[in-house]
Amino acid sequence: MIYESSPVAIAIFASFVLGVVGLSFWLGRKGQSAKGYYAAHGEIHWFVNGIAFAGDYLSAASFLGICGMIAFYGYDGFLYSIGFLAGWIVALFVIAEPIKALGKFTFADALDARFNSRGIKLAVAISTLIVSIFYLIPQMVGAGHLIVPLLGLPHAVGVILVGVAVTLIVVTAGMVSTTWVQFIKGSLLVFFCAVLTVMILGRGLEVNAGRAGDEDLTAQVRTVTPEGKVLVNGQPQTAENDLRAVGTIHALPARYGDARETGPLRPLEYLSTLEDSKVVTWSAKKHTDEQGSHTTYSPTIREGKDLLKPGGYFKGLSSGSLTDRLNFASLMLALFCGTASLPHILIRYYTVKDAAAARKSTVVGIAAIGGFYVLTLYLGLGAMTSGYLDPTSSNMAAPLLAKSFSETLFAVISAIAFTTVLGTVSGLIMAGSGAVAHDLIENFCGVQMTDHEKVRAGKIAAVGLGLAAMALGILFRNFNVSFLVGWAFHIAASANLPALVMLLFWSRTTKQGITAAVTVGMLSSLGWILLSADTFEKVYGLSRAASPIPFSQPGLVTIPLGFLVLVVVSLLTPRPTPRQVSA
Amino acid sequence: MGNDQSPPSRNGASRSRRIGMWLFLVYVILYAGFMGLVLFRPDMLSWRPFGGVNLAIAYGMGLIAAAFLLAFLYMIACRCDATDA
Repeated sequence: MIYESSPVAIAIFASFVLGVVGLSFWLGRKGQSAKGYYAAHGEIHWFVNGIAFAGDYLSAASFLGICGMIAFYGYDGFLYSIGFLAGWIVALFVIAEPIKALGKFTFADALDARFNSRGIKLAVAISTLIVSIFYLIPQMVGAGHLIVPLLGLPHAVGVILVGVAVTLIVVTAGMVSTTWVQFIKGSLLVFFCAVLTVMILGRGLEVNAGRAGDEDLTAQVRTVTPEGKVLVNGQPQTAENDLRAVGTIHALPARYGDARETGPLRPLEYLSTLEDSKVVTWSAKKHTDEQGSHTTYSPTIREGKDLLKPGGYFKGLSSGSLTDRLNFASLMLALFCGTASLPHILIRYYTVKDAAAARKSTVVGIAAIGGFYVLTLYLGLGAMTSGYLDPTSSNMAAPLLAKSFSETLFAVISAIAFTTVLGTVSGLIMAGSGAVAHDLIENFCGVQMTDHEKVRAGKIAAVGLGLAAMALGILFRNFNVSFLVGWAFHIAASANLPALVMLLFWSRTTKQGITAAVTVGMLSSLGWILLSADTFEKVYGLSRAASPIPFSQPGLVTIPLGFLVLVVVSLLTPRPTPRQVSA
Repeated sequence: MGNDQSPPSRNGASRSRRIGMWLFLVYVILYAGFMGLVLFRPDMLSWRPFGGVNLAIAYGMGLIAAAFLLAFLYMIACRCDATDA
């Protein structure tokens, strides 16, 4: 769809971004030590760190991706919310306090604390980089999608804008500014999503989104010709001849009689009324011929009760397909195990003073993140029935929902979503730059650096990662961001979790076992993803049938494989010394 | 790990650790139960026992609430241990 920007939207957006970058410069005005750059001197208050956890974690995938998935497919998007939050239980009860006690700046420090092994340092640094890059892609894709309707600029410009802003944030002040950006962003995101939810409940449900008559149920066709021109229903795409915004209530429950709106609803009443309503949803089908690539968007009138149960996106859950069910089980396992293995989450444990503060900040994080995920259900369903959905982009559902209320709210929500991306990307670039400068250059290669040189090396690495993130964000623009972020969870859970858990709970764990588990977990999950049917179809443009992999989501195989490799290799290598075990 | 702690606080820490593991187990059972229903008995999730809201939503919201509740209990348990020590 073509979007027109408004001066108010641009002004609000610019003030948010400039405010965040300005704050970063202000925080970074003092000279810095390595401990300040990588771990904010370990002086962040646990409450601030807890909200910053929410800022780190509630990324484009949580806000844009989940809302979009619920808006397009119903309940299945909420399964991501459940899985994303469940991972925090592993973080709190298993990982938080030991990782704080073991580490210094990075996750590799913790895994290597007992052994001082170059193998561990190298394997963990590479795994940190790969996970960070896979997590960066959906954030950058989300940034590009936000810029299109807000500023009327191309997707690539949005990606470059966020890349430049984030690199500036990280380079200016490191973990201190990253933490405060996350704190502000996390607070704003939860607050404004709560405001939006109150507005959704206040509006209630309306047939055809409050417009006269029923929603136009004519199919719409978007064509991209071989010359690159875009046609809508056979005519050139213009502001007047564009795809219609879609997604409405078709009929309210019988108890409302002829009424076309419910009026304000209580939270549970909203859900039960939607279950008894009929909803118009839209699906896309692609085909290509000599005239170009055609995407046909077709409406379906569906029962609300079918949209509020699993099976809309994960089709196999309702059809009983074994492959689809394995894919789903694998994804949910990866979400459960992946959170506590994400490098940008783990490094946040080094910004507080002790293990008790690490624990308390995790509890605050769970409260903020859990509250937000409850809101995603209302945001997604509100978008589904708002009459403002862009049928071409699930990632735009949440900002367009705000637009259905007012242009100003749209600008505020889009600016917060953009700040969301800034915050998460800056955390990821911090984790990646720490892996390059601290783990690879200093610890693995043994390059002796002064405190100042360590900080400079981290900043140079941050610039490199920023450039890579921009390129990948442009390359993967057509993917749903929740789907993309799932890959990062698989790799993190497969590479990092087995080593972390076994190091903490099995005294027989050896350095060779850890190195092998991280390497095998990382390579097997990465290889599985690259050879999966999803990647064949969506990245390489090949037939799904050509994939040699039985199901696309690797975690169900590669997470247990990581544990198995660690146990076998540890048993085959000499026991750790008593000093290493008690360290 | 934890070598600089005095014996009473170390006992407290290990008791908190045990409580943490039990709470973790409770959540794993709840989560596995939900996954079992989604994977093998999705029809049951359409059942509407709670104020017209179906089991899929009620269980999902319940898991989010349970995460917070268990985390809160754990924080209280750890605080008691710190006080005891």
